[in-house]
Amino acid sequence: MNKRTQKLLQSDGSVSVLVVLLGFLVGTILVALVGKNPLNMYKALLQSLSGYNIDNGRMNVRYIGETLNYSVPFILCGLSMGFAKRVGLFNIGGEGQYIMGMTVAQAVALLGPQIQTLHWMLAILSAIVIGALWGGVVGVLKAKYEVSEVVSTIMLNYVALYLSRIICLQLPGATTYKTANFPQTALIGNTFFQKITNNSLLNNGIFMMIIAVVVYWFIMEKTSLGYGMRATGFNKDAARASGIPVVKSISISMAISGAFAGLAGGIVALGSFKYGRVISGMDGYGFDGIAVALVGNCTALGTTLAGLLFGMLKNAQALMQGKQIPKEITFIIQGLIVIFIALRSALKLYQEYLDKKQLQKEVGVK
Amino acid sequence: MSMILGMLPSVLMIVAPILITAIGGMICEKSGVVNIALEGLMAIGACTAAAAHVLMEGSGMPHNLSLFLALVMGLVVGALFSVVHAVAAINLNADQTISGTGINLLANGVTIFASQILFNADRTKEFRMGMQTDGLGVYPTAYIALAVVLLSWFVLYKIPFGMHLRACGEHPGAAESVGINVKKMRYIAVISSGLLAGLAGGCVVLTQTIQYTSNTINGRGFIALAAVSFGRWRPLGVTGAALLFGTAQAFAIIANNIPALRVLPTEVFNILPYVVTLAALVLFSGKNYAPSAAGKPYEKGAS
Repeated sequence: MNKRTQKLLQSDGSVSVLVVLLGFLVGTILVALVGKNPLNMYKALLQSLSGYNIDNGRMNVRYIGETLNYSVPFILCGLSMGFAKRVGLFNIGGEGQYIMGMTVAQAVALLGPQIQTLHWMLAILSAIVIGALWGGVVGVLKAKYEVSEVVSTIMLNYVALYLSRIICLQLPGATTYKTANFPQTALIGNTFFQKITNNSLLNNGIFMMIIAVVVYWFIMEKTSLGYGMRATGFNKDAARASGIPVVKSISISMAISGAFAGLAGGIVALGSFKYGRVISGMDGYGFDGIAVALVGNCTALGTTLAGLLFGMLKNAQALMQGKQIPKEITFIIQGLIVIFIALRSALKLYQEYLDKKQLQKEVGVK
Repeated sequence: MSMILGMLPSVLMIVAPILITAIGGMICEKSGVVNIALEGLMAIGACTAAAAHVLMEGSGMPHNLSLFLALVMGLVVGALFSVVHAVAAINLNADQTISGTGINLLANGVTIFASQILFNADRTKEFRMGMQTDGLGVYPTAYIALAVVLLSWFVLYKIPFGMHLRACGEHPGAAESVGINVKKMRYIAVISSGLLAGLAGGCVVLTQTIQYTSNTINGRGFIALAAVSFGRWRPLGVTGAALLFGTAQAFAIIANNIPALRVLPTEVFNILPYVVTLAALVLFSGKNYAPSAAGKPYEKGAS
């Protein structure tokens, strides 16, 4: 192996690209194996990414808008996972934090004061706060009672799901699956976006997402809080020895982690729907956020790019189904990508093997 | 009293698959590998068993033979998928939570993808008849679960093999130094957990529903994972944890028939098992009972 490929395999970014390509490759082979045409899968992906329908040569910018809109919760849930991961915690509870954010945003939208701007801001803010609380609890349980965050977040996901049903069923005009329509003041739609993207659901949530990405980057790279968190993630004992409050660090970072997921829930509730949903199952953004963060190496930029990729995949699902490709292939590709990320530790083993070989050769020459 | 007795068969029906999976997860963690892929492995087992049963039933195979083979197939496919986790965790020193999450995500896709290919729908076709209860109203799965618990207790605590396996989870270096093959032991443990989760998936689908959908497993594998730590990594403790959870869940069904409780929304009872598990984890926290090397990759020769 020459120096250049070696360097490439040591960079996190290029490994992520490699892992994604591998995931697509195996997915393509699988589609071909079951007798479908993989080309249709890529046609759907192209259309979801650029709006261009290669079969009839028509262009529809709505698809671009939808892809961007789908990316918003993916990126935010990715940030949620990434933030916790940086302190060495595995936040599988993004889904629960997302659900709580969604639920509270819906409640505030239906019951809050109908004042221009203030109304939706209040709803979004409540979503962030409840997400932070839902995540913060996990941090406290972990730091004080040594309850594994993997187990407690999973339990809280289901508590959130059923709690959401209990709350939403009490909201005005609630039936078994939806509530009354939101008042106009609670919505975060953007007429300019609707005009240029041919009435896609793209909304002001994308601005909030961008702010969140910047905040994430700033906390992580530029503040002592982020430094303490990263130090805790690298080596808990060393961090404690150098005076970083580990317990506080864990609780705060789980709360911030939850805030990102809660914001995702608020944006989806007010941006993509005109009524409150009484959910009977999970949306899955929180779970997919795990994959997004892992592909993006938990950095602000990487997570954003990975979230866009996942948004594109999600938007392509319906298009694939229309071309006789089972849409679940996108889930398979996502799963494969995560498995390949886990397998990347093999690269390190291979590197050690190469070093050993090299050493043996040098010693042998002498 | 009669009400509690009347609840028993449905409690056992709910508990059996969770208990089987949890015992698998326990064996896996005892050897030093954390397996959060239990949920996905159950889904894969359930989908395989449901699809196999539909197809075999349709081809006119005797009912009991078809059920038996369906369970076996679920078990085998569950074990096959767990090999992915084993390779990642044991040979490649991968982060075990990540590879487990990957399998869970993959299972979501693979099961429904297979249904789309086999049955042209996002679920498997309904089978005509699932498992039947015996004279006491109990499904055979309860006896399978009992056998699994007893067997796991015997193997882990009564024969040298079990001690060796536990040693790999407590101190792999020490185990290796007395000639135990840590990698082999961990392979056996991870594959047993896949096998049991696959079997349990089949048990869920053949007793509680009539087809596999994306909602069939609905967190049972995660509950089993919680039962392992709540049960303090001991067969008896895990059984108790699974029973407590199953009772809480069965209560949600029973509560519908009790007028005094019907004023509350059913969701209150649905939450119960999860809150109980969380509360129990907090109450019994403190001393850490987990195998000390669980979740850590073992590198031969490293200190």
